[in-house]
Amino acid sequence: MKVSLQHLTKKFSSRGKNQDDVIAVNDFNFEIPDGQLIGLLGPSGCGKSTTLNLLSGLLKPTSGRIFFGEDDVTDLPAENRGVGLVFQNYALYPHLTVRKNILFPLQNLKGAAKLSKEEMDQRALAAAKLVQIDGLMDRKPNELSGGQQQRVAIARALVKMPRILLLDEPLSNLDARLRLQTREEIHRIQKETKITTIFVTHDQEEAMSISDLIVVMKDGNIQQIGKPQEVYDDPVNLFVAAFLGTPPINVFRGEVRQELLCIGQDAVLPVKGVKDQPVFAAIRPEGFVLDEDGPLRCRLGRVEVMGRDTNVVSTHPAMQGESVRSIVPSDSEVKVNGGEVRFSLRPHKVYLFDAQTEARIRFEEA
Amino acid sequence: MDLKRIEHNSRIKSRVLKAVLYILLSIWALMVLFPFYWMILTSVKSYGAYNSEYIPQLYTLHPTLQNYIDAFTAVPLAQYLLNTLIFTVITTAIMLFVTVLAAFGFARLNFRGKDLVFTLFLALMMIPTELVIITNFVTITEMDLRNSFAGLILPSVTSVFYIYLLRENFAQVPDNLYYAAKVDGTSDLKYLLRVLIPICRPTIVTITILKVIECWNSYVWPRLITDDEAYFLVSNGIQSIRENGFGRENIPAMMAAVVVISVPLIVLFLIFHKKIMEGVSRGGTKG
Amino acid sequence: MSCAMEKQNRKAWLYLLPAILFLGIFMVYPLLDVLIYSFEESYNFASQTYTDVGLYNFDYILHDPYFMQAVKNTFILVLITVPISTALALLISVGLSSIQKLRNLYQTIYFLPYVTNTLAVGLVFMILFKKTPYTDGLVNLMLSWFGGGGIDFIGGPYWAKMFVLSFYTIWVVLPFKILILTSALASVNRDYYNAAKVDGTTRTRIFFRITLPMISPTIFYLVITGFIGAFKAYSDAVALFGTNLNAAEMNTIVGYIYDMLYGDSGGYPSYASAAAIILFVIVLTITCINLLISKKNVHY
Repeated sequence: MKVSLQHLTKKFSSRGKNQDDVIAVNDFNFEIPDGQLIGLLGPSGCGKSTTLNLLSGLLKPTSGRIFFGEDDVTDLPAENRGVGLVFQNYALYPHLTVRKNILFPLQNLKGAAKLSKEEMDQRALAAAKLVQIDGLMDRKPNELSGGQQQRVAIARALVKMPRILLLDEPLSNLDARLRLQTREEIHRIQKETKITTIFVTHDQEEAMSISDLIVVMKDGNIQQIGKPQEVYDDPVNLFVAAFLGTPPINVFRGEVRQELLCIGQDAVLPVKGVKDQPVFAAIRPEGFVLDEDGPLRCRLGRVEVMGRDTNVVSTHPAMQGESVRSIVPSDSEVKVNGGEVRFSLRPHKVYLFDAQTEARIRFEEA
Repeated sequence: MDLKRIEHNSRIKSRVLKAVLYILLSIWALMVLFPFYWMILTSVKSYGAYNSEYIPQLYTLHPTLQNYIDAFTAVPLAQYLLNTLIFTVITTAIMLFVTVLAAFGFARLNFRGKDLVFTLFLALMMIPTELVIITNFVTITEMDLRNSFAGLILPSVTSVFYIYLLRENFAQVPDNLYYAAKVDGTSDLKYLLRVLIPICRPTIVTITILKVIECWNSYVWPRLITDDEAYFLVSNGIQSIRENGFGRENIPAMMAAVVVISVPLIVLFLIFHKKIMEGVSRGGTKG
Repeated sequence: MSCAMEKQNRKAWLYLLPAILFLGIFMVYPLLDVLIYSFEESYNFASQTYTDVGLYNFDYILHDPYFMQAVKNTFILVLITVPISTALALLISVGLSSIQKLRNLYQTIYFLPYVTNTLAVGLVFMILFKKTPYTDGLVNLMLSWFGGGGIDFIGGPYWAKMFVLSFYTIWVVLPFKILILTSALASVNRDYYNAAKVDGTTRTRIFFRITLPMISPTIFYLVITGFIGAFKAYSDAVALFGTNLNAAEMNTIVGYIYDMLYGDSGGYPSYASAAAIILFVIVLTITCINLLISKKNVHY
């Protein structure tokens, strides 16, 4: 099912009289192609959960339209939208067994859609098999681990064959190991069912690793939409660049003089086609190359050997934030001269942003 | 279009439901408020007017305060109110003193036999007052304390439930605070007064409110222990007004008395209604 | 170290001393005493003497028509008021929790009877229901609009009196139940309702399959305390029918105990004790049965 949002806006009226309304979702326009896995990504308070609730029908938009395929569902109540929703805390009914939890949505079907008992059991079992919990059908939720509860919640959302599947922070209640495993699981289930799936997360790694498409949001505004790698390689503004990637991107205050990027007193990179102006220069950790004669001079902090790679942690007066983190291959030799380590830069891993608007400034690589 | 119809239907359905709901809720609100309205209304009708109404009137055009004057002059209503006030204040004060100390003893101090004492103590919660009131009646009579405030107050002081409630609350305060206070050389009593009581104020307010309501409305024990009007509490007073009355059956004056004795608690409630309701629901669900 | 412990010990007992004194004199001792009373035959207040020890007191009250009347009244009252008040409180609470506007106002109004003096407001109910030579009373007036009326609810037929007593009892106990149920309903996580809504669950089904099981522990708690409270009914009856409840055929077990102890028919602490013990046994039995049922049916 294709999903499109047109000028979707949601305002919450504020409690205090003198405060402005909070705009949780501001004029969203985008189209989600059929059968894809979409990650809504942003820090808390960016409006991603509100967007999800608008899609599910639990919230009504202030203005704008929502389409599922060709149907305008904007004013349709949640129960008629045919969405499956997995809650952050799973919201499994604690007094019902796994089987009854999964059967619950099916028992609500009425009229022509009503199923026989056998059909319901079959569908429930199929859903349970899909998420691999068919051995736990007679347990109660409190007898399950977090990961198992998550699967039951997904099975319950899938069993009624929803037009779209919505997941609210699906991994946030799991420990690190389970998170990795479950994230693969969600990816697999989505690919098997081919149901258009939208999930919300604040964890960029989670979104990057499994999404077909990510939507980066901040303060109720969409920043950028695109395939994870595209967004990572080509961020439209400083926020997106800084939000994606671990370790995070290194942001320097710098200046462009005569088509040269200067950080501190050193001209570090030719940037053709950029007029003279103050800028933010953001450099991915993998954009640094150890070079005894390199133009960027940092004060070495420490070297962290990670096995495959080596992290070189250093400081620079123009750096925004604590320290400069760079990743170099483990076989490279870190040469230090009077406490100073020098780098040259890979041009396609360096992004320039306007010092005021923080919008991307593109340059031609030399 | 199909979707339009679904939208429309669901909107109408929820509106109708809302309307029905508000009507039903209002009906019950009326059921609750009506007796209060009726008692105030009757209390301002004149004796003659009330008795000549074969069909009760739902309003009056000639309100009078004469009944209130009668209520205070023909029967010692002021005395009843004063007695109840004295009884309530002293009982609640002693109850707080005893309860706070006992809860502290159970919650914070470690002594041999503590668990046993506490278990026995919890078992006491099961004992209904009806069971012990008989002996208490005999005890107070033998101590020659009938028709005295001591006789009224002493058996009404303790409440196992309140001690339990407060102990649970005290026990929730992290041990570290106690150890920190000990390290600073704070005595137990000082710790109780300066740290525990301020932290647990909501629970203490709760049990105070509950006890005040209980005292103001208590009827059974005062009835057993007093037959001298000088020691009647409002409940007994109202019962005696009902039975011996004003020399004749004077319902408007009786209602004036009912209004007067109901007003203090209702005013208290209207001022503190959030606190009281919170308190009762906390006290209620923990038991 | 052990000296410090000793000191700590003594201090602890000091804190507990007032409570132990009060509880000992007015609760533990009476508890033992009432058992003794109940087996001492023809105990005399003035001389503090008794003639024999045995089950005579129990035998006497079980053959006392007033006691049997009181037991019957109490059971009828319990069986009427506990289910009705619980169901009504549930309905009202569910209604309350599904509105936003005016909710606090309704809640405050509904709670009002909790803080009123049972005896005092009972008088208002009495004059509303009572039929006198001068007036039929407001309730009869309202009944006459529907072609009924003319019933004396206070001094008339048994079932009319029982109706008023039940009605007033329910009016008095509802505030507490509504309050407790409303807070139980509020503590149910909204996500369950949202999940059910997204799945297209009807309101009725949400109520029976989600709401009710979720708050079942609270409901059982209210049923148990409701039973205990209703078995101890007394002041409501006094408020409506006066202190001579035997004459009004409206006595309750607790009323019987007090009548035996004190008042015109009083002076028999042995009979009162026997009745009190019977009441305690009834309440204990019913509570145990309730607990057993709730163990089976409360879901978590």
